Amino acid sequence: MRALLEVEDLTVAFTRRGEPDSVAVDGVSFDVQPGEIVGLVGESGCGKSVTSLAIMRLLPERGNRVTGSVRMEGESLLDLSDAGMRERRGRDLSMIFQDPLSSLNPVIPVGLQVTEVLTRHRGLKKDAARREAADLLDRVGIPDPRRRLDSYPHQLSGGMRQRALIAIALACTPRLLIADEPTTALDVTIQAQILDLLKQLVAETGTALVMITHDLGVVAGLCDRVNVLYGGRIVERAERHELFRAPRHPYTHGLLGSIPRLDGPPGEELTAIRGSVNDNLPWTAACAFAPRCPRALEVCTASTPEVEEHDGRLLRCFNPVEGS
Amino acid sequence: MLRFIVRRLIQVVPTLLLLSVLIFAWLRSLPGGPAAALLGDKATPEKIAELNTVLGLDQPIPVQYVKFLGRALTGDFGNSLITGQPVTAEIARALPATIELSIAALLIAVVLGIPLGYVAARYRGRPLDTATVIGTLVGVAVPVFFLGYLLKQWFAVDLGWFPPSGRQAVDIDATHVTGFAILDGLVTREFDASWDAIVHLVLPAIALATIPLAVIVRITRASVLDVMGSDFVRTANSKGLAPSTVRERHVLRNALLPVSTTIGLQTGLLLAGAVLTEKVFVWGGLGTLLADAITRRDYPRLQAVVLLGALVYVLVNLLVDLSYALIDPRVRVR
Repeated sequence: MRALLEVEDLTVAFTRRGEPDSVAVDGVSFDVQPGEIVGLVGESGCGKSVTSLAIMRLLPERGNRVTGSVRMEGESLLDLSDAGMRERRGRDLSMIFQDPLSSLNPVIPVGLQVTEVLTRHRGLKKDAARREAADLLDRVGIPDPRRRLDSYPHQLSGGMRQRALIAIALACTPRLLIADEPTTALDVTIQAQILDLLKQLVAETGTALVMITHDLGVVAGLCDRVNVLYGGRIVERAERHELFRAPRHPYTHGLLGSIPRLDGPPGEELTAIRGSVNDNLPWTAACAFAPRCPRALEVCTASTPEVEEHDGRLLRCFNPVEGS
Repeated sequence: MLRFIVRRLIQVVPTLLLLSVLIFAWLRSLPGGPAAALLGDKATPEKIAELNTVLGLDQPIPVQYVKFLGRALTGDFGNSLITGQPVTAEIARALPATIELSIAALLIAVVLGIPLGYVAARYRGRPLDTATVIGTLVGVAVPVFFLGYLLKQWFAVDLGWFPPSGRQAVDIDATHVTGFAILDGLVTREFDASWDAIVHLVLPAIALATIPLAVIVRITRASVLDVMGSDFVRTANSKGLAPSTVRERHVLRNALLPVSTTIGLQTGLLLAGAVLTEKVFVWGGLGTLLADAITRRDYPRLQAVVLLGALVYVLVNLLVDLSYALIDPRVRVR
């Protein structure tokens, strides 16, 4: 089966006159099969959001350079004309963003924000689009959807707003949905509801989902495969169960180790990954994670580890944690 | 909505009261006084005291104020010390001229300002944008009277395209109904009179419009740029909407919120600009009344004109608040 989305050697550099380029995404490659749920995991600043915006071609027009290739169903998205890309956005691939309040236009009703994508891509006329929009709001679990069409974003709760955004993103049953930290701005109980909803909807529609998150808890309940990003590069990729059973990259290991466990002994200290992303070394000469890595060897600060594949697992490390 | 308007109008009363106290005290603290100004060279301390008694200015200021207030409540603001005519009648004659000029200036500022600011934002960093930014900087910096004289010299004296001063040519025999020269011509079907009034209006309106125009351009540009970088515009783009839909539906409406505030504030400032513009173009409106009253210490006229200005300012900003409720659903007036 051909992959739905193939990202190859995607690199995004932010350029500023008089300053060296800052590389946010550094040769990232991954693929997504039809209907699959793929996680992109990493802490703030690791390049996950930039990756998603580059795939959607929603980065600002100026001040950045995107290289590599992004193919959807064999077609190169980066080579499409602006109009061609607009034709696909919202119809074939769509996106959900982090902050549901600021992601909705505050001065126009929610209904119009749903119907405009229906009129744009499905050619629905006003009344038909309204009926369809009400159905969509109903499907994402917004009570009294007809009345809600005339509500403004500020009149909805945080969870409702994110549901509305999901309705917008899924309005044209895209084959790919990118969700960029869709639950980060919500409180925990709502988070669980939204994740369940997403899971159910992508299963119903056969939509593939790229889930971008810093939260391994989200990944554990959702993703088929997980890519762990560090400093703009993928450092480990594995099937979800494999990854959680035996994380091999010290960074992944540290991320998992820093999750508090309900079945742990009382008073147990949380293990944190020491340092911060500011300590990163440039990938060009070393392993970026080396300064924070408990397993760092001399070689880690002297040369760049390459990606290697073992038993379907991708790993970029000189001294990985032993698999069990 | 109605309750909101009524409540805001009631709030106007204490505002005007307080302001009247301030003006009263401020005027009487100025050096010199109407008596000295009226007598000019002939002023001696005895004559000044005599005239002050006639004008009632020898009484304690609180007493003067109470008397002023008592008469003002019946609509009597006294007689001008310059012309001896009732101030209210003078204002009624001058007001249409100033309203005409202000509306023309505001129209120019808004109709040109919003599109210009918008276009500058759209072509940010390109020559058009740079030219606009520099142009508005000059527009804000050039003093109104200087620009007025320049316009007059170039377009009236040198080129002869427009009349240099006044509201209507003397040889036009216009019938006056409302006092608004353009409107009168339309009502009485004396279209040549209307046209003549419009021709007279062009230069002063441009001079008066410069600063509000420049400010509106800048605010619109900044506001559009701000909104273009917002999350919901990214969402709109992620839907694959046409760029024109994104601009009109998502960018422009949000960007207009700060612009409408600016328009309100600038309208209030128009009166200040009108004083200078009317002086240059011998316009004969409120600005002229005010300018003469200040140099001659014409207390009754000053008090009335300044209070009227304040009233207009408050009303315009009430309109702005109401426009907010129309543009922004998050603002609900109660």
